[in-house]
Amino acid sequence: MKILGQAKFFWTSVVLAVVFAVIMQFLIAGGSINQFYVNTLFFIGINIILAVSLHLIIGITGQFSIGHAGFLAVGAYASAIMTMKLSMPFPVALIVGGIAAAVAGLIIGIPTLRLRGDYLAIATLGFGEIVRIVFLNIDYVGGASGMTVSHLTTWPWLIGCVLLTIIVIVNFTNSTHGRACISIRENEIAADAMGINTTYYKVAAFALGAFFAGIAGALYAHNFYIIQPTNFGFLKSFDILIFVVLGGLGSMSGAVIAAILLTIISTYLQSYPELRMVIYSLVLIIMMLYRPQGLMGTKEITSFFKVGKSAKGRNAA
Amino acid sequence: MELIQQLVNGISLGSIYALIALGYTMVYGIVKLINFAHGDVFMVGAFIGFYSITILHLGFFPSLLISMAVCALFGVIIERIAYKPLRNATRIAALITAIGVSLFIEYGTIYLRGAQPEAYPSNLVPLKDLDVFGVKISGQSILILGTSIVLMILLQFIVHKTKIGKAMRAVSHDMDAARLMGINVNNTISATFAIGSALAGAAGVIFGMYYTKIEPLMGIIPGLKAFVAAVLGGIGIIPGAMTGGLLLGVIEALVSAAGYSLWRDGVAFVVLILILIFRPAGLFGKNIREKV
Amino acid sequence: MTQLLKVENAGIRFGGLKAVSDVNLELKKGELVGLIGPNGAGKTTFFNLLTGVYVPTEGSISLDGEKLNGLAPFKITKKGISRTFQNIRLFSELSVLDNVKVAYHALAKHSILSSIFRLPAHFSGEKEMEEKAIEFLKIFKLDNVLHEKAKNLPYGQQRRLEIARALAANPKLLLLDEPAAGMNPQETEELMNLIALIREKFNLTILLIEHDMLLVMGVCERIYVLDHGQLIAEGTPEQIRSNPKVIEAYLGEEVS
Repeated sequence: MKILGQAKFFWTSVVLAVVFAVIMQFLIAGGSINQFYVNTLFFIGINIILAVSLHLIIGITGQFSIGHAGFLAVGAYASAIMTMKLSMPFPVALIVGGIAAAVAGLIIGIPTLRLRGDYLAIATLGFGEIVRIVFLNIDYVGGASGMTVSHLTTWPWLIGCVLLTIIVIVNFTNSTHGRACISIRENEIAADAMGINTTYYKVAAFALGAFFAGIAGALYAHNFYIIQPTNFGFLKSFDILIFVVLGGLGSMSGAVIAAILLTIISTYLQSYPELRMVIYSLVLIIMMLYRPQGLMGTKEITSFFKVGKSAKGRNAA
Repeated sequence: MELIQQLVNGISLGSIYALIALGYTMVYGIVKLINFAHGDVFMVGAFIGFYSITILHLGFFPSLLISMAVCALFGVIIERIAYKPLRNATRIAALITAIGVSLFIEYGTIYLRGAQPEAYPSNLVPLKDLDVFGVKISGQSILILGTSIVLMILLQFIVHKTKIGKAMRAVSHDMDAARLMGINVNNTISATFAIGSALAGAAGVIFGMYYTKIEPLMGIIPGLKAFVAAVLGGIGIIPGAMTGGLLLGVIEALVSAAGYSLWRDGVAFVVLILILIFRPAGLFGKNIREKV
Repeated sequence: MTQLLKVENAGIRFGGLKAVSDVNLELKKGELVGLIGPNGAGKTTFFNLLTGVYVPTEGSISLDGEKLNGLAPFKITKKGISRTFQNIRLFSELSVLDNVKVAYHALAKHSILSSIFRLPAHFSGEKEMEEKAIEFLKIFKLDNVLHEKAKNLPYGQQRRLEIARALAANPKLLLLDEPAAGMNPQETEELMNLIALIREKFNLTILLIEHDMLLVMGVCERIYVLDHGQLIAEGTPEQIRSNPKVIEAYLGEEVS
């Protein structure tokens, strides 16, 4: 009963998404949309992937990781090396970007995920900076001047990756594994006591989140013609963090909505970068003071559709 | 010798880190918050000092004092507006707010006056250089070290020999018990922020005098490094911050001397990771377990 | 009766402080034993030793003959020890049903990949967990609040849920840490009945920390008394009641 209802919702969303994707493909390929809007759309797509991947780590598993741009960097550079230096096709670069970032996630996660709260945050911040500094000092990838990368990110790849990311993370969350991660977020000591291998799941969530950040990195690298270490500093990590926090810690739809809204606002403010940062930081402070649960709290957009159904469901039980 | 020269540089740099680190450690000790905006108070201090010197035509020490006073006030304002309401919120919320405040100060400054750097006038304090066993130690280095030592001694005096210092220690041990004992917790916390920010402001002026160039984003990296220094010494422990700062400054100078100057910013983060993994309580710290 | 838990000279020191030292304790299968002592005696610390939250610095702990020292908490849970906490540790944002499902996670056979790709193993595994959890919650009369978030339950129901969750992990030994804390006499009596019920139905051995003497003396067959980290007495409720050392620990030395 409940599963049928979920399946209906799932397949409806998939159909809608495919329809949307096909329509956009025609519009973009036909050149009927202004390039500015196309760029913004691509930016939105990449940011959605980043937001959802960080949501898995912070929102679902409760691990406060603020160096996410590091994984973006690893994915970007790894994929760029594949296409520009090793002449590999784009799909290979995409997957390598994801895997490289996931490996980085394992390397960083295993030692740091034993830390809690503030300490974990600072450690991840430190790692994010270390990654950036490492790329800054490697001449093979251009050092400070960065690397030029061919434009290989097309709309089908972008929307495909966005949908894949969302589906994978939704499926992970709505399963015993997702519940295990949420239990870690809610009360790690109790999760331990109930038989959850907390270390395994913290690292798994971290690596999975890193994987998708790496995919985003590959899409990013092959979309903006050039990548430089300065693109992947703490400010980028902060941008991604804002998506998740503003959307509501624990809500994936919140993260997606925040990513869309903030990317749009950001593109309109791109001629005024300082003003953008001033507004962002003010919004963040005010949010934390007056509505710390963000836009959606821990609710998902689906709960707004369930109102009629759940009332029925309760009476039936 | 080159090595000694680098050590001297390291100690000068380390004193600056130590002064900033003290603010981090005091605030963390009392409200368990990593004040991300602290590095930006350092920046504000540098600018206040600059304007005192160039516009008000004051000397080094008066500018230092003005900067400390303004930063103390600034720190208290930040605390009252942004941190006090979140005292009982989750740590993540407080940390995120601190990040927000930090970015607000940085980009607010750029928005108001532009991103261009300023330069402290060189030879601000005419000093002779010392020649010790063939090593040239600049008068400035001695001034920096001297000023830092005086400030740290002053801090120790305040913390251990005054009523407000006792209140600060009490509140950092147990806020509720201190409140029940009649201590005005809010004022104590404000005083902590005031002192920490004053020290950061002093560090800013000293930095300006030593390195001359200041700009709105100058607080980010030294701020992070000073935080690492505080963690290295043991977060919440005052002698730890002093030791950690000096130690980090020396390590950085040695790495630079060994030829890896491009990596010198990375040094702090590597130290951070190592400390967090192998000795999270820091050099002077004790392991505190979560009550199950 | 066969032996289930054997604790020999167990202890833990934090720096210079011996929180628990030289504790010898034995539980036979099916027993209901109490652990009492004044506040700060080390009772919860002892529970933390049994469940692997702390690693004993001395002595040994064995369950069914198997040594547990140094095992990670989740592994000890799999071996058969489950617990509740002094301050309720439910998964607040999860529903009542999901809280119990978490305890079934260790037995779940469907992998992360099967969940991500929604393979048949995922659906059958989830269905099984759902059915088991609902059946289970019926026993605890919590099946009318299945989808409520744990944080929204009244206190008494939260305590019951914590016990239900601990039992869902299918333990041989159940550790209850002050289950009656904050309860009025009527609730305490309901709790006593619940404990008796689950003990019989699930073939459990139970070790109970409590301050409520009526509850302890009423249900426990044997009692251990801890003070300043050490065992000062062991025996039946009658023996403990009149033991001078126990009285001294709780009330202080008699002024003669």
